[in-house]
Amino acid sequence: MTTAFTDKSGPFTHAPTSVQSTMATVLVALLPATLFNIWLFGWPALFLFAVTIGSCLLLEAACLSLANKPLQPAITDGSVVLTGWLLAMSLPPWAPWWVACIAAIFAVVLAKHVFGGLGQNVFNPAMVGRVAVLVSFPVQMTAFVPPHPLFSLRAPGLIDSLRITFGGGTLDSMTAATPLGHIKTELSRGIPVGTSIQQVPDLLDMVLGFHGGSFGETSALLILAGGAYLLWKRIISWHVPVAMIGTLFVLGTLFHAVSPDRFTSGLFHVISGATFLGAFFIATDYVTSPVSKQGQLVYGIGCGLLTWVIRTFAGYPEGVAFAVLLMNALTPIIDQHVRPRVFGRTRKGDPLPIKGDK
Amino acid sequence: MKLFPVRGGVHPEYRKERTSESPIVALPLPRALYLPLQQHIGAPAVPVVAVGDLVKKGQRLADRGGSVSAPVHAPTSGRIAAITDFAAPHPSGLPQPTIVLEPDGADAWTDDLPSPIADPLDTDPAAIRERVAWAGIVGLGGAAFPSAVKLQLGTERTIDILLINGAECEPYLTCDDRVMREHAAEVLDGARIMARALGAARVVVGIEENKPQALEIMGKAALAAAGVTVTAVPAQYPMGSERHLTQAIIGKETPARKLTADLGVVVHNVATARAVHHAVRFGRPLLARVVTVGGGAIKDARNVEAPLGALVSDLVSFCGGLSRPPKRIVNGGPMMGQPLPSLDVPVVKGTSGILALTTEETNERPSQPCIRCGTCVTICPCGLVPVEMAAYIRKDNVEAAAKIGVRDCVSCGSCSYVCPSHIPLVHYFNYAKGHLNDLDREVRKRDHISTLVEARRSRLEKQAEAKRAAAAVRKTQEAATTDSEARA
Repeated sequence: MTTAFTDKSGPFTHAPTSVQSTMATVLVALLPATLFNIWLFGWPALFLFAVTIGSCLLLEAACLSLANKPLQPAITDGSVVLTGWLLAMSLPPWAPWWVACIAAIFAVVLAKHVFGGLGQNVFNPAMVGRVAVLVSFPVQMTAFVPPHPLFSLRAPGLIDSLRITFGGGTLDSMTAATPLGHIKTELSRGIPVGTSIQQVPDLLDMVLGFHGGSFGETSALLILAGGAYLLWKRIISWHVPVAMIGTLFVLGTLFHAVSPDRFTSGLFHVISGATFLGAFFIATDYVTSPVSKQGQLVYGIGCGLLTWVIRTFAGYPEGVAFAVLLMNALTPIIDQHVRPRVFGRTRKGDPLPIKGDK
Repeated sequence: MKLFPVRGGVHPEYRKERTSESPIVALPLPRALYLPLQQHIGAPAVPVVAVGDLVKKGQRLADRGGSVSAPVHAPTSGRIAAITDFAAPHPSGLPQPTIVLEPDGADAWTDDLPSPIADPLDTDPAAIRERVAWAGIVGLGGAAFPSAVKLQLGTERTIDILLINGAECEPYLTCDDRVMREHAAEVLDGARIMARALGAARVVVGIEENKPQALEIMGKAALAAAGVTVTAVPAQYPMGSERHLTQAIIGKETPARKLTADLGVVVHNVATARAVHHAVRFGRPLLARVVTVGGGAIKDARNVEAPLGALVSDLVSFCGGLSRPPKRIVNGGPMMGQPLPSLDVPVVKGTSGILALTTEETNERPSQPCIRCGTCVTICPCGLVPVEMAAYIRKDNVEAAAKIGVRDCVSCGSCSYVCPSHIPLVHYFNYAKGHLNDLDREVRKRDHISTLVEARRSRLEKQAEAKRAAAAVRKTQEAATTDSEARA
């Protein structure tokens, strides 16, 4: 017999885990919210979704061949599809095709492959893509439409939809602000939260998702269901989502109690915007979040804190993407300083004392 | 009995059912037995027989080669055909000094066996240790550390509990399970004898809860044995690790670089306890052991009681041979066992299992980039960060890996087992540990040399000093003589 038998040390059995199955599980978890929002925003949303994922796949292939790396299994491991999927979900559903393509270039080429490909990137690729187009094309990126459910009277037809996504320049008076955006604008005009909150969709519509917003993030309920599925499948643990949502809720509630005219409530923070999508699908991205549970708690709290600060004090109504990117930058430091305690050692790394020993 | 939680660990597919229900069968005597002089941790044994000698069953073939060592006895009667180099049951397959015994088929015992120790539960602990050392008993769970040395731990420390390890947390292996089910009384008697040697008041037998029959049989047998508790421990790999089992039972973590004995606990395997029973009650040395022959490529997987030195190929053909080409031959369990280069290596004292695993069972895949999922961190029973250690080691920065604890890794394999990217993490850690050991040896050697150099320098200095002093004395004497001469 040959040495092929002894070329590696154990174990000689393996759990039925793989990168592909992990990614596939996340995609399944995203499916309900995605399907709902394709229905809610109609054909343009579907086109945008396809264009985003398609361009991410093409760019991934291009980067791999430029780097002389094999296309397999990088293309089929699902990671780039997930990046494209999340990116699409973070864009306004009726955004033109070229916004998606530019975002994809930032996400796949600059955020992922420049750093060395899968597992090497410091920043969440989808969020880099989103933020890059958000700062570059604020008009297109804040042109949110109210729901136009498929097959309803208000829904654009197939040809009109093609024109919306690929024609360009069809941005018209149909746009409406997101709840977070509306409150921000009103506050800047001196209208207190208590008044402007009356004009945003009611709680039920917010939770179910019947309001304007980014393509994938309007339905808090379906995103939450996807998150619960990931928790159940043990793809993610509770640490990041609970820390992030909890921090956001506590801060929102505290400040709302102090000054209800200036600050929106904790509950509003939690169910609006990208909170759930961010907490369950973006901040939990393996590559760019800390590896230890303790570190994930620190990271989650940071994400929640920064989201609240940006939403409340910064120029943008939504802060999840920025918060996650800022915390991504801190991840290596968190990993350095927050480690589990080694068996038989103190937190400092010295052997545990034996009772009676000095 | 109250148990304490143990951090981390995995739940591999146990795949024990193929062998757990079939009784232990004795292997028919093979044509030749290959007895390596090194079947244990420590110094190799030294042969006391010559080629051509006729030996009887139980006769000593090789003596202890040091204080940490174990003798080797003839598993059957026959002729010493050779004392030569033969492939070791090690991944390298490198040859090592081996005594080759050709059985004569008579299987005749030697008359030279020591008499049973009368009333071993009241005897002098030293007598038990001496007998265990004489019998060549080593840790039969796989570590193969000379048991007599481990029984000495009670002389410097107070040992409260002898913990008998029946966890058998490795998948496939059922040899300990079968030994407990078929020889419960022998195991418990051996355990009580060992407890006597250690001065331990209590014996606790820890058995993973996935072995209900063993738990029941051992529990019943324990009713008749004073001071013995049999307890179920969670089926959570690596529960059979000494430190983790100790933590589950007494709730204390063994400090790094210390022994469980420092917490008053000594751990021995069930099969070791049975071997002690044979040595003390019947004056018989360790001549055979139970081996699980399993894996999908073995036709009739079962537990075989094999004489030491039988070839793995003898065991495999006794079990119906290979039903299809295996992907790996493993010595031990699939999690921590070692791959074997061929079937033509002997069964030694530490061989708990021989597994011929198929491609589907090993589920090996080319490794993909790490996606930092952190599962390895969550499940590491030692609280380490495998992903980070592996990243350092890949850049050959072994010292950085050492700083974050690679030396505290027990190579249990849990991280490699769960890694979705199929990264051979343990392989990296084993490499690093080997490299660090080399560095340590290097440092020790340098220190030794510098002490020698220092000693030589001070010796030469002393000599020079002595010479100078002698010269000075001579000078004063001479001066005194000339002085007195002049005066005269």
